[in-house]
Amino acid sequence: MGTLVDARNIRGVYYTGAKDVVAVNDVSVKIEEGQVLGLAGESGSGKTTLGSIIALIARPPLHVEQGTLEIDGKVQELGGDAKVPRTWRGAVVSMLPQGAMNSISPTKRIRHLVYDVVRSHDRKVSKDEALDRARQRITTLGLPARVLDAYPHQLSGGMKQRTVTIISTLLNPRLLVADEPTSALDVTSQKILIEMLLEMLEKKIISGVIFVTHDLPVLRTVANKIAVMYQGRVVEMGPTEMMVDSPKHPYTQALMSSVLAPEPKYSKIRIEGMSSFDRSLFDAPAVIHR
Amino acid sequence: MSAIYAAEHITKTFGHGKNQVQAVKDVSFALEEGQVTTIVGESGSGKSTIARMVLGLMPITSGKLIFQGKDVTHLRGRARTEYWRDVQAVFQDPFSSFNQFFTVGKLLARSMRLVGREAGQKRLEDALGYVGMDLSVLERYPHQLSGGQRQRVMIARALMMQPKLLIADEATSMLDASLRVNILNVLKDLRDGLGMTVLFITHDIGQACYLADRVLVMEHGVMVEQGKTDEVIFNPQHEYTRRLLADVPKLHEAIHLEELHETLEPR
Repeated sequence: MGTLVDARNIRGVYYTGAKDVVAVNDVSVKIEEGQVLGLAGESGSGKTTLGSIIALIARPPLHVEQGTLEIDGKVQELGGDAKVPRTWRGAVVSMLPQGAMNSISPTKRIRHLVYDVVRSHDRKVSKDEALDRARQRITTLGLPARVLDAYPHQLSGGMKQRTVTIISTLLNPRLLVADEPTSALDVTSQKILIEMLLEMLEKKIISGVIFVTHDLPVLRTVANKIAVMYQGRVVEMGPTEMMVDSPKHPYTQALMSSVLAPEPKYSKIRIEGMSSFDRSLFDAPAVIHR
Repeated sequence: MSAIYAAEHITKTFGHGKNQVQAVKDVSFALEEGQVTTIVGESGSGKSTIARMVLGLMPITSGKLIFQGKDVTHLRGRARTEYWRDVQAVFQDPFSSFNQFFTVGKLLARSMRLVGREAGQKRLEDALGYVGMDLSVLERYPHQLSGGQRQRVMIARALMMQPKLLIADEATSMLDASLRVNILNVLKDLRDGLGMTVLFITHDIGQACYLADRVLVMEHGVMVEQGKTDEVIFNPQHEYTRRLLADVPKLHEAIHLEELHETLEPR
């Protein structure tokens, strides 16, 4: 299995006028073909920023100061004034932003959005052709074809999230960056969405996923590899099992131990949470597992 | 131990005719004094509707609510304001429940009006103490606080009334896992230290397991199961509770139910 995506030395800074905020500080991640990389961390750790830089949608006030992105052997410079080819967005790397399911136009049917997405990359495509492609994809992944004719309010939260996930991959991107796709769903809908994502990988609709979330138990069920971010840096990265069962970095350890599972021991013990800024966590060296 | 609060056969219906939806159907439960009771269920199961009815923010279609032996089903005006001295709530979103132009001090001073200025200052200090914050927070604006700090201020605001019953509607759902534990610990301490009764509403069974003495499970407006936490979560009787538990993603390897039962056998 080869490497699908190799993102190197990414540095993303928000120019806010008063002071610059370094949200992503010299981060490198790799994703193997057919795998899922989980990006974990708390609010403000930079995980969404890193996701959007890799998805090539960084916009002011966010500036990419340095970094390269290599997909399928093609190298793209990200830093400074580098121009990213328009065709990469959506077709090579696709982004499923946080809360996408609540951003569908409430006055238009789903099929309108489908046509919009396909046509923006292929001017010559006819309405029927675009819809056929979507209908086929939707039925392959086990959703009823009627969602195309529905308005957003007629679909449940889980159904809407699955629909936008399918639409975001209509152009067969190599990599999908999914930002908190399961966070607003209840556990049953979460499970169905994750199964669908894994099916998409299996059917080679997409070749890799960056799954951004703060929900570690969800990552355990979906990710092959987990990178934990803290204050703009990756503090620990490695195979899921290793990260969950024997984390080395004190921050990862603290994060893992604050997860509450419905297991008998949790009703008997008291877990101490963390305070927001603990210098010892920040100063500990990063751990990258092979 | 006695029940401080009881709901008897409460029902809530929204809409009319063809569009009628029964959000809560004939639900009965009791809250024991000094215990944490949790309502769990998926989105749309009616758990927040129950919270709003208990708070008196929403009229109930049929049934009866009893607080400390008094019927509080249809409170209005001054009687309802009195009721809110004893029953307070903390809501889900700590980011939108602040007036962003007010400092925390000004925000809390508004609640002080209900208890009088002298008693208020004392209660303010006590309340901030319970949630583990010092007085310097009073000069801060909401944007200078993290989500966890904001939620603690919101709990402090509710505590200033020294309520007998605190309702927390998804109060920890928008916080990071590490901060979430802190808030749950605050609720635990209130129960253990002040003997406060807490109605905690969540979709996260892990949190229910950590915090609750009793668990109520809701599905589509119907209460399908209720009982002690250990019994409901580790020995679920209803099909729906089992499914809900099976769908919870586990951080460590799934524990087999049989093994679990062995560890729970009475010694």
